[in-house]
Amino acid sequence: MNDFNFYKSQGISDAVEKIADQPDAKFIAGGTNLIDLLKYNLMTVSTLVDVNSIKEDTLSETDGAVLLNAFATNANTAYHPIIEERYPLLSKAILAGASAQIRNMASNGGNLLQKTRCYYYYDANTPCNKREPGSGCSAINGYNRNLAILGTSDHCIAVFPSDMCVALAALNATVCVTGPDGDRKIPFSEFHRLPGNTPHIDNNLLTAELITGIELPSKGFEKNYSYLKLRDRNSYAFALISVATAMELENNQITEIRIALGGVAAKPWRVQKAEDFLVGKTPTKENFALAAELIVEGAKGFEFNAFKIELAKRAIIRNCLMALNPASQLPGAQPSA
Amino acid sequence: MSIKPLIGQPISRLEGHLKVTGAAKYAGEYNVSDLLYGYVVNSTITKGKIISMNTDEVKKIPGIVEIFTHENRPSLAWFDMQYSDMDAPPGSPFRPLHKPDIKYNGQPIALIVAETFELARYAASILKAEYQTEAFKTDLEANLGEGRKPQPGLATMLKPPPPKDKGDIDLALSAAAFTSKGTFTHGTEHHNPLELFATTTVYEGKGKVTIYDKTQGTVNCQLYVGNVFGLHFKDVRVISPYVGGGFGSGLRPQYQLFLSVMVALELKRNVRVTLDRSQMFTFGHRPPTIQKTKFGSDINGKITALYHEATAETSLYEDYTETVVNWAPMIYPSPNSKMEYNLVPLDVFTPIDMRAPGGSTGLHAIESTIDDLAHQAKIDPIQFRLLNYAERDESVNRPFSSKELKQCFIQGAEKFGWDKRNPEPRSMRNGNKLVGYGMATGAWESMILPARAEAILTTEGKLIVKSAVTDIGTGTLTVMSQIAADELGLPLDQVTFEYGDSKMPFAPIQGGSFTVSTVGSAIKAAGKALRKKLLKIAQHIPHSAFKGLEIEDVVFQDGYIRLKLDPSKEIAFTALIHANKGKVIRTKNFNVPNLLKLKKHSRAAHSAAFVEVEVDEELGVINVTRAVTAVAAGKIINPKTARSQILGGMVWSISKALREETISDHNFGKYMNQNLGEYHIPVHADIHDLDVIFVEENDEIVNELGSKGIGEIGLVGMPPAIANAIFHATGKRINEFPIHFDKLL
Ligand SMILES: Cc1cc2nc3c(=O)[nH]c(=O)nc-3n(C[C@H](O)[C@H](O)[C@H](O)COP(=O)(O)OP(=O)(O)OC[C@H]3O[C@@H](n4cnc5c(N)ncnc54)[C@H](O)[C@@H]3O)c2cc1C
Ligand code: SF4
Repeated sequence: MNDFNFYKSQGISDAVEKIADQPDAKFIAGGTNLIDLLKYNLMTVSTLVDVNSIKEDTLSETDGAVLLNAFATNANTAYHPIIEERYPLLSKAILAGASAQIRNMASNGGNLLQKTRCYYYYDANTPCNKREPGSGCSAINGYNRNLAILGTSDHCIAVFPSDMCVALAALNATVCVTGPDGDRKIPFSEFHRLPGNTPHIDNNLLTAELITGIELPSKGFEKNYSYLKLRDRNSYAFALISVATAMELENNQITEIRIALGGVAAKPWRVQKAEDFLVGKTPTKENFALAAELIVEGAKGFEFNAFKIELAKRAIIRNCLMALNPASQLPGAQPSA
Repeated sequence: MSIKPLIGQPISRLEGHLKVTGAAKYAGEYNVSDLLYGYVVNSTITKGKIISMNTDEVKKIPGIVEIFTHENRPSLAWFDMQYSDMDAPPGSPFRPLHKPDIKYNGQPIALIVAETFELARYAASILKAEYQTEAFKTDLEANLGEGRKPQPGLATMLKPPPPKDKGDIDLALSAAAFTSKGTFTHGTEHHNPLELFATTTVYEGKGKVTIYDKTQGTVNCQLYVGNVFGLHFKDVRVISPYVGGGFGSGLRPQYQLFLSVMVALELKRNVRVTLDRSQMFTFGHRPPTIQKTKFGSDINGKITALYHEATAETSLYEDYTETVVNWAPMIYPSPNSKMEYNLVPLDVFTPIDMRAPGGSTGLHAIESTIDDLAHQAKIDPIQFRLLNYAERDESVNRPFSSKELKQCFIQGAEKFGWDKRNPEPRSMRNGNKLVGYGMATGAWESMILPARAEAILTTEGKLIVKSAVTDIGTGTLTVMSQIAADELGLPLDQVTFEYGDSKMPFAPIQGGSFTVSTVGSAIKAAGKALRKKLLKIAQHIPHSAFKGLEIEDVVFQDGYIRLKLDPSKEIAFTALIHANKGKVIRTKNFNVPNLLKLKKHSRAAHSAAFVEVEVDEELGVINVTRAVTAVAAGKIINPKTARSQILGGMVWSISKALREETISDHNFGKYMNQNLGEYHIPVHADIHDLDVIFVEENDEIVNELGSKGIGEIGLVGMPPAIANAIFHATGKRINEFPIHFDKLL
């Protein structure tokens, strides 16, 4: 890690200004990802602009919609009574991620911007197009158990590893940002990017733009929801497959459903066609199975992760069934009895 | 007044408070003055030569004191042999910064010495080497054909080669009513004790050093440093009272020790070298091993054929071996058997013992194959093992010194509720989860080595005992104190055990589950000698009531010697000190095990592991919901620390069977998950109901304490029991560890 300046920002505009006029400056929130990147010498910074002091309330409510503070911690968000009551899917997804200690530090904004967990990305001595454009992708013919099956390109097969964002995608959240040119809002589905031939660009945030909040529409799907995370140990491991399901039922018919997959692509994966297919149908295993086929359509497995295609389908079916009875979820969103 | 013996009592660790409050200092935490910090730079290629390094540029950074590489390291001991240590396998030991040649990925190529740790680490990030690369091989599976017999050497004493062939294996297999074959694959594992490897060297003046090292053998490191740097042994003191886990990784002197001492001597300064977590992956590890089994039985389930072959990785420069294939004929008598063990040398660091080396590898293959035979023969797995129970060790044709494995089966099965098992695979359920019960046998050889100990009666009539042995978190301090206290009939608080220091009487490295036998026996012998000496002094006191008596005629109780037949006749320890002109009374003892006597018996601890798993039928997710391990390991000196050892082994069993693996990329010849985020060991949520039973076992052969050692036995039987339970739950036999849940889809 090189020497750098540390600046405690006084507010949103102060933070943005500070970054805008310094090359190689970065915001730091919880630091749970950024500090690792610095310590592994994968990134060097001139200045760290600390945005923690911008913390106010964890969230605010207006007209039924909820605005999450970007600087609030994952833990405070997940345990907030409004989130637990109205957006339990989000609460469950956050709590399925990382460890209690990390969630106590990690911020909501930082969660959206965490880097992939591809092993080669973290090893500066191996080629990686995401870290060093044009150097090649070591994972395609290397170890790729934890990498993508959907939306990959010949340049990169990385997964965006967040749990929280899978729920945010299902909830149709909006990302609120402030940049040197003012404020703008980015729908969640347009926030993260697939690798294409620019795998080094993870998302559509522009230089010096600061995430200030995440808007949740009023609909929280608190009656029928479920988050399922499948991983190599019961806690403190990234998802191999995760599924967020948010559902609305009337007379045993699906009136609305959102299904987002994690662990499979460079962004939370939703397929409109599959959700449309389920609307108006009864919530049966057979129907969910048909939707699952639509969701993983076009999936491509690699040497160590081909199992994810079948696993994703089974996880979708199970999770949609669990959403019918959210009480069936065990702590940590293990598969339930 | 009679004192209840301390041996057998569940006494809490004496140093527990120091450890949980952070007062216990580890090797990298000794704050000596004027400390320099060393940070290691590791090779980024797997094989080749260093052509150049930008040391001149990096040296210009203010605060960088020196950079050591193969080009400017001081000239050191010439002969390979001088780099050897008590645990060195046959071959030529790795010599840090010896030559520009790169033998493995992550090899230390430079040490940056700076005024602060952070500065040294920063400089390390700038230091770059130009290499000339060569083709390498790191993939065991791809190079299986290159297996060859290991070179024999000193290590063979503790790790015997496979037993001789018996009968005609091919004929027996073709004639068998039931046969089971399997290929078992184990990957690399790294020890990852929580405490990082570190050495703090205090420069004490010309040719003299005091070293705080993370090690499992203070004397081993002392001898190594003396030999390599040409110092008098008496001028090298290695101290290591608290060790934050070793699991075998500290059995050999590791390269940070070499580097720290080298710099201290060269710069005449105090130096600390701490390795970081990823550097934990740049030296010894459990070797990947591929095994093949073919077992056969007659129609009644009596075993007629045992074939077990293992091929393991070693480095190109040393032949590290394990006892992988010797177990089956010891546990199961068979008229026909053939065992083979081969090594494939690859471009990696030499493997090193990791908890239950060999045993935890081999028993997995054996016990899963046995389980399959029992299944084919439609015999309950416990019945099958009883049917093939070895009353003698047929592999070497000797009786066992003791063997209560049957009791392990009986008591373990009872506690577990084995009788509720429906033998049919996939027959038991809990909701949408398949439930499986599995069991397996474990065995671990009971070894004993020579050791010295000293016992001193202080002027206050208290007892001090001394040994150079470490306490790698197992409870050695507590257990040795108990043994010593009982020997002199003193309460625990009157006894001090001084240890973890090469200045103390000789003890071998701490591993192989032989510490209690080895050091405990030495302490017992020293205590016994002290008792005799005290009696002698008592007899020389005028009008002594003890004249002409033998040691058997007196008892030592609470600071007094008393006549057995008339306890009112007594003399206080302090009176003996007075009689000794106010001087302490000391005895030193060298305890050499009676090999001739020992060799007449096979000596081993046994266990039976019982496991319940639940497997999600559609998603494959596996949970070990319950497990019981019943252990027969002779006398249990401290049931509390012993239980912790077995529990630790059981948690590790879950790790080994389901979680843990070092992931290699053979395109690069390197390990890819060098951190505890991605090197998956179990988390709390993975561990459910674990239970331990110690079965009563009397053994008068193994040593005077009758104890067999329990460090490894908890990790031998349970991994195969998990695999067997998964088979029972799902009908699928997965022979590759760790068993990832997606293999059950
Ligand atoms: C061992 C480990 C295990 C983990 N496991 C999981 C898991 O299972 N599931 C999961 O979802 N996550 C997991 N995480 C990731 C964790 O959730 C993220 O590291 C965390 O959310 C990042 O938030 P932070 O505030 O610490 O970000 P930081 O590390 O502070 O910042 C991350 C990035 O975001 C930028 N940034 C931060 N805040 C803002 C902002 N407001 N606007 C613009 N840019 C900003 C920083 O400049 C930096 O580039 C794990 C992390 C670790 C270390
Ligand atoms: S998958 Fe992406 S992140 Fe991983 S090595 Fe390839 S380019 Fe880099």
